[in-house]
Amino acid sequence: MSGRRYEVRLSGSGGQGIIMAAILLAEGAAVYGGKQVAQTQSYGPEARGGASKAEVVISNEPIDYPKALVPDLLLAMNQASCDLYSKDIKREGIIIIDSTNVGQPPPGRTIAIPFTGIARREIGKEFAANMVALGAVSCLCPEVTEGAVEAALMARVPPGTRTLNLKAFKTGVKEARKIDTAKLRHRYHGEEAEV
Amino acid sequence: MRKKSPGKVRLLQGNEAVVEGALAAGCRFFAGYPITPASEISEILSIRLPRIGGTFIQMEDEIASMGAVIGASLAGVKSMTATSGPGFSLMQENLGYACIAEVPCVVVNVMRGGPSTGLPTHPSQGDVMQARWGTHGDHPVIVLAVSSVKDCFDITVKAFNLSEAFRVPVIILSDEVVAHTRESFALPEALPVIDRPKPNMPPEWYIPYADNSRGVPPMAAFGEGYRYHVTGLIHDVRGFPTERADEIDPFMKRLFRKITQGFEEIILSDSYMTEDADVCVIAYGSVARSARRAVVEARAKGLKAGMLQLITLFPFPRHVVEEVLAGCRAVIVPEMNMGQISREVKRVNSTDCRVVKHNRIDGGLITPGEILGRILEIK
Amino acid sequence: MPEEITKLIHKYLRHDKKFPHVWCPGCGNGIVLGSLIRAIDKIGLSKDDIVMASGIGCSGRMPVYVDFNTLHTTHGRALTFATGIKLAKPSLNVITVMGDGDATAIGGNHFIHAARRNLDLTAIIINNQIYGMTGGQFSPTTPYGSVATTSTWGHIEHAFSIADLAVTAGAAFVARGTVYHVQMLDEVIEKAIRKRGFAVVEVMSNCHVQFGRRNQMGDPVTMLKWFKESAVPAEKAAGMGHDEMKGRFTIGILADEEKPVYTEQYGKIRERAVAAAAEELKK
Repeated sequence: MSGRRYEVRLSGSGGQGIIMAAILLAEGAAVYGGKQVAQTQSYGPEARGGASKAEVVISNEPIDYPKALVPDLLLAMNQASCDLYSKDIKREGIIIIDSTNVGQPPPGRTIAIPFTGIARREIGKEFAANMVALGAVSCLCPEVTEGAVEAALMARVPPGTRTLNLKAFKTGVKEARKIDTAKLRHRYHGEEAEV
Repeated sequence: MRKKSPGKVRLLQGNEAVVEGALAAGCRFFAGYPITPASEISEILSIRLPRIGGTFIQMEDEIASMGAVIGASLAGVKSMTATSGPGFSLMQENLGYACIAEVPCVVVNVMRGGPSTGLPTHPSQGDVMQARWGTHGDHPVIVLAVSSVKDCFDITVKAFNLSEAFRVPVIILSDEVVAHTRESFALPEALPVIDRPKPNMPPEWYIPYADNSRGVPPMAAFGEGYRYHVTGLIHDVRGFPTERADEIDPFMKRLFRKITQGFEEIILSDSYMTEDADVCVIAYGSVARSARRAVVEARAKGLKAGMLQLITLFPFPRHVVEEVLAGCRAVIVPEMNMGQISREVKRVNSTDCRVVKHNRIDGGLITPGEILGRILEIK
Repeated sequence: MPEEITKLIHKYLRHDKKFPHVWCPGCGNGIVLGSLIRAIDKIGLSKDDIVMASGIGCSGRMPVYVDFNTLHTTHGRALTFATGIKLAKPSLNVITVMGDGDATAIGGNHFIHAARRNLDLTAIIINNQIYGMTGGQFSPTTPYGSVATTSTWGHIEHAFSIADLAVTAGAAFVARGTVYHVQMLDEVIEKAIRKRGFAVVEVMSNCHVQFGRRNQMGDPVTMLKWFKESAVPAEKAAGMGHDEMKGRFTIGILADEEKPVYTEQYGKIRERAVAAAAEELKK
């Protein structure tokens, strides 16, 4: 029960496919990765706009509290969700922002990838931004493999849009591979942040 | 359609696991009315039930849903419905009918904030006492609380088994967090499934409400040749309305006796590090998961904390609670209401153990940190 | 002849039920029960295959006297229980017996939706225009201007026409009869039971005790005379104007349509779903 938890929080506005991305991440980790997972979401009328979130807790052992306590990884697909959900990220954690939509990213350990722009230009469908982001998250999350999430995607996405979604996913993986996380700027946290 | 083979790990929502549990237990009839956060149960069963020869129907309201569920059960089919607070309120009328006519059925209430329309998309535990006392008149009922996807499966199977074995409606209290959390889960291969006792005598010897040592009379289905009368009026052993005190008393007493005699089968709970604990958290539903985390963190700080998770809420599991009360300096009862189970804990407390409430009614799940804070306050 | 009728009725009454019944002397409920039994006997249904379900009120007590699978449900909900029974075991003939308040006030929503849904059910609605069992309060069919214990100053609400309501809601078969026109009642009840789909029979019945007494019709004979004089056969009513029909009501068959029956349609869904499941298993 006291096993290490890796906590992922995916956020954005309603309609950006945040929950679907979280389900695929969780399914990749659990069904194709053999991990224990708990996937939750903020579920309500606010999901139709503004900031909504979905979380995935991944562990090798059964998970007690199912929601994120101190997230290791945050994906923010718009400014509102970035503002709302970036404050309690773990000191060593990373924040991935969709730089097409987030103009004011938090400093420190933040990775900027223009998911929506990539989806628009390279996939031809803006709504595929969530799959581009999922590719990047799968690559940057140490608790899942891209292959496991890809398998989940292939199993869950309807055949009609499978090719498109897979292309988006792989593009996201490719973009994330360019990132050297060792070079991320330090995030000042707690006492360190005192002036 | 994904394969539903047992053994394979799948990612399931609590509401989906309720469906799997119901089908595994032999449920073949569902009637319901759309309501957040229970609607997935209806949606999935509308696909799954006809595939195995069962029946799904969406009724005009929850009153009708509960009526249809009772009707189907009287025709011999294991039946259930699922709803949330506002719908559960409407079901109370016919829930009482199921109690007095002893019709097995399962009602899932995915609790959301109330009263009234309340907080449709946020969790709550505000319906605990309604589950116990919601329908009018003195009556016994079984109430079970689920905390995880695995629970949603296991406890739904158990709910059907208890309902069939005791001929009593069983209420499953879920909540928005449990209902919508997805977790990895593998369907078990085989499960013990209990069916209602059936008459083995010829129809002319059948006395539908005759007492026996278990207090649970065999139940004939309509259309099997045992023509008998079912009523919501207090009835004699033949099912005919009666106003004779010498018939009312044994009937009503039997309804209670069949449950009290069955405590061993009915009471379900789970203990975590309670053996040497001097502070215990008594929790149920999704809050039990926060409590478990809080105990882990308290132990890490060297505190002797433990947790008693109540699965059966009613009949109130007084014996397991009394045991914890006897061994602790204090118990903490965290609930997403203003204190419903804590009243029960206080009611059965005959020791000088302190009963500390922790209540949250803002639509948020009680966090491990909140409970840990209470544990730290005790010492 | 009367002896034979009595014998026939006794064939269907419960011998282990403690009589007498709860109905007042001269109550129309007994006439309706007689018609129902003659119809069932004529069709030749087996007692084991019949479920009679009722709601609450004087009409609600009918099932307890007859030797079928019987169900006395909650107020207004007979059709909901009947829906569950019929879907769970479509081979059963499910007949519901309701009162006017039962079916169209507290159970009004269930009634219109049952008509719309078109399950293969029979709904007998005994309309005595009053809440009899509770002491004569006005019901949704109490005529404008009449007196009830909750409208002692004169009733200012307008009455439902139950049969018209059923037609509008989409019932496959709708008829209206009275406890005076017994032969016709036998016939329409028989047709309703035979009908595949939701079949409604509204029966104008007398509650001389709670309704008649307060409205200058204090005995059963006066009330039956009123039915005799006010009832207009459907064929004749078709040629009569609105003013001519004022204070009168139509009797006979008001709707008889063939439309897809829910029970049968659901059976087809089940077949398709089972086949789809088998197909997936093969893959």
